[in-house]
Formats: sequence, structure tokens, C-alpha cells
Amino acid sequence: MSLGITLVSHVSDIAEGLPKLLNQVAKDVPITTAGGTNDGDIGTSMEKIMSAFDNNSADEILAFYDLGSAKMNLEMAMEMSDKKVHLYNTAFIEGAYTAASLIQAGVSLDDIEKQLKPLTIKD
Amino acid sequence: MALTTDTLTIWMNNFANKVEENKQHLSDLDTPIGDGDHGFNMDRGMKAVEQKLATKPADLTTGFKTIAMALISTVGGASGPLYGTAFLEMAKKSTSTEDIGELLDAALAGIQMRGGAKPGDKTMVDVWSTLVPDVKAGNLTEDKIKESVEATKDMVAKKGRASYLGERSKGHIDPGSESSSYLFKAMLETEGLL
Repeated sequence: MSLGITLVSHVSDIAEGLPKLLNQVAKDVPITTAGGTNDGDIGTSMEKIMSAFDNNSADEILAFYDLGSAKMNLEMAMEMSDKKVHLYNTAFIEGAYTAASLIQAGVSLDDIEKQLKPLTIKD
Repeated sequence: MALTTDTLTIWMNNFANKVEENKQHLSDLDTPIGDGDHGFNMDRGMKAVEQKLATKPADLTTGFKTIAMALISTVGGASGPLYGTAFLEMAKKSTSTEDIGELLDAALAGIQMRGGAKPGDKTMVDVWSTLVPDVKAGNLTEDKIKESVEATKDMVAKKGRASYLGERSKGHIDPGSESSSYLFKAMLETEGLL
């Protein structure tokens, strides 16, 4: 079972910029992104999130997001996708960075989740 | 009362007109306590809905689903998933009932599931949770709609962009409640719907 990461942000520059940071510690981890609306405006898009799930080569995905409505679109995409996706309410950058480092180190999902727990800042 | 594809279309077109007429006002309400785009987002969404409904839906379930998907894929802000889920839940419910009260119950439950807001959190849930029982009791009025929106003014936002402002969100009407009021007003004006 392989683990990957999907990043969802209201702003495409944020979604596309964060992997640069994560790649430093996780060069082999599949990371896909969904930033901005379908029109390229600020917001999130369920379709873009679905594509980010589909385009991720991992079997299971750990998903991270920035603000509230990104979570709603993520949850709808999860309901409609066949892929197994885990959603985390952590601080966006810290959570994704932690997960990326641990996936690269071959740590199990259970142990990754233990380390993500204290980073939870949203409900 | 029972909903039909015809009354659904009239209701939605009326809602779309109200949103269009008030898009600047909705965005202005969203500016001090949000990201200032609610009216423009909703207008884009409802224009897509109107366009889709120009072709008469085969049945009520298809109609609701079409509305939901149009909103989900065009609105962008939080109102996309929230209104989208409301119509998606009505689509599901419409396979067993055409009763507007029961359909709205399902919609409200969907909005709460999706956004996690409770009454009093200064969100559209405040208007919906106040007015759905009125629809079911057959006594929805324009005054009640207005009061339910005004009531959000003194609330402190617990959900959505306004929640980052905490106490400072007081004194402003919730934009999602205002746009929801147009949906209920349009319902009231649709003959044979209530």
C-alpha cells in the first residue's frame, strides 16, 4: 500500500508552491494539488480536487487544506471518489510537511496520524 | 404542497433574478466580514442554473441534481458546496416525496452536515432553521423572512470567514442568510408552491 498527498488551497500559487517545500524532504512521495476555482479565481473546486485524487499514483491519499470551504469541497470529492482519502484538520503547511517527511521515511499510516494529531487546529 | 418540475423552474428563475438584482448588495454585506464575493459567486451559480433549467428536466430528482451540480461547479466560495449539498439532498429525498416541507428538511440537514454550523453561529443555517418549520406549518410570510435575516446581525460568527473576526463580526448581517432569504421569498412568490 502506497501513500500520497493531495493539497487543496484557495489560491493556485499556494497549492503549487507548497510541494516545493515538501519535495525537499519527500522527493519520492506522490503529491498532487488543487488550487483555485475552475476559472482560476480564488476559491476551491470539487472537480479539481477529484482530478488531484485521480492523478495521484498512490493507493491512499492524505489530504490537507487551507480554509473552511476547501474542506467542504474536499469532503464532497471524497464522497464521489473511489480512492481512499484521509482528511486532516491540521495546520496546512505543518501537517503536510509532517506527513510528507514520514511517508518518505516509510512510516505507517497509524504512526503518521499519531504525529498529525497535535497539529490539529480546525474542526 | 407538492413541487413539480414547472414550479421548481419558476422558483429557481425567480431566485436567480433576486440574486442578480442584489449581487452588489450581497457582496457589500460580505466585504466587512468575509471575502466580498458572495453576490458575484451566487450570481454566477444561479446564471448556470437558469441556463441548465432552460431545458425542462425529466423529473424532479433530475431537476434538483442539475441545480446542485451547476452550483457546485460554478460557485467557487463556500456557498457552492453548501447550496449544492442542499439541492443534492433534495434530489435524494425527491425519490420518495414531493412535499416541499420534507424536501427542505432534508436540505437543511445537508447544509448542517456539510458546514457543521448550528443555529446561532451566524450562517445561512439561522435563516433555514427558522423558516423551514414555518413552511411546514404553512405560515411563511415576508416579515418572518426579514426577521430571520435581521436576527443574524447581533450574532457572533462561529463558522465561515466571518468567524476569524470573532466579536468584531457583530453588527453585520450574514450574507449567506441574506441570499437564503431570497430563496424563501422566491418560494413565497411562486404560485402553487406553498
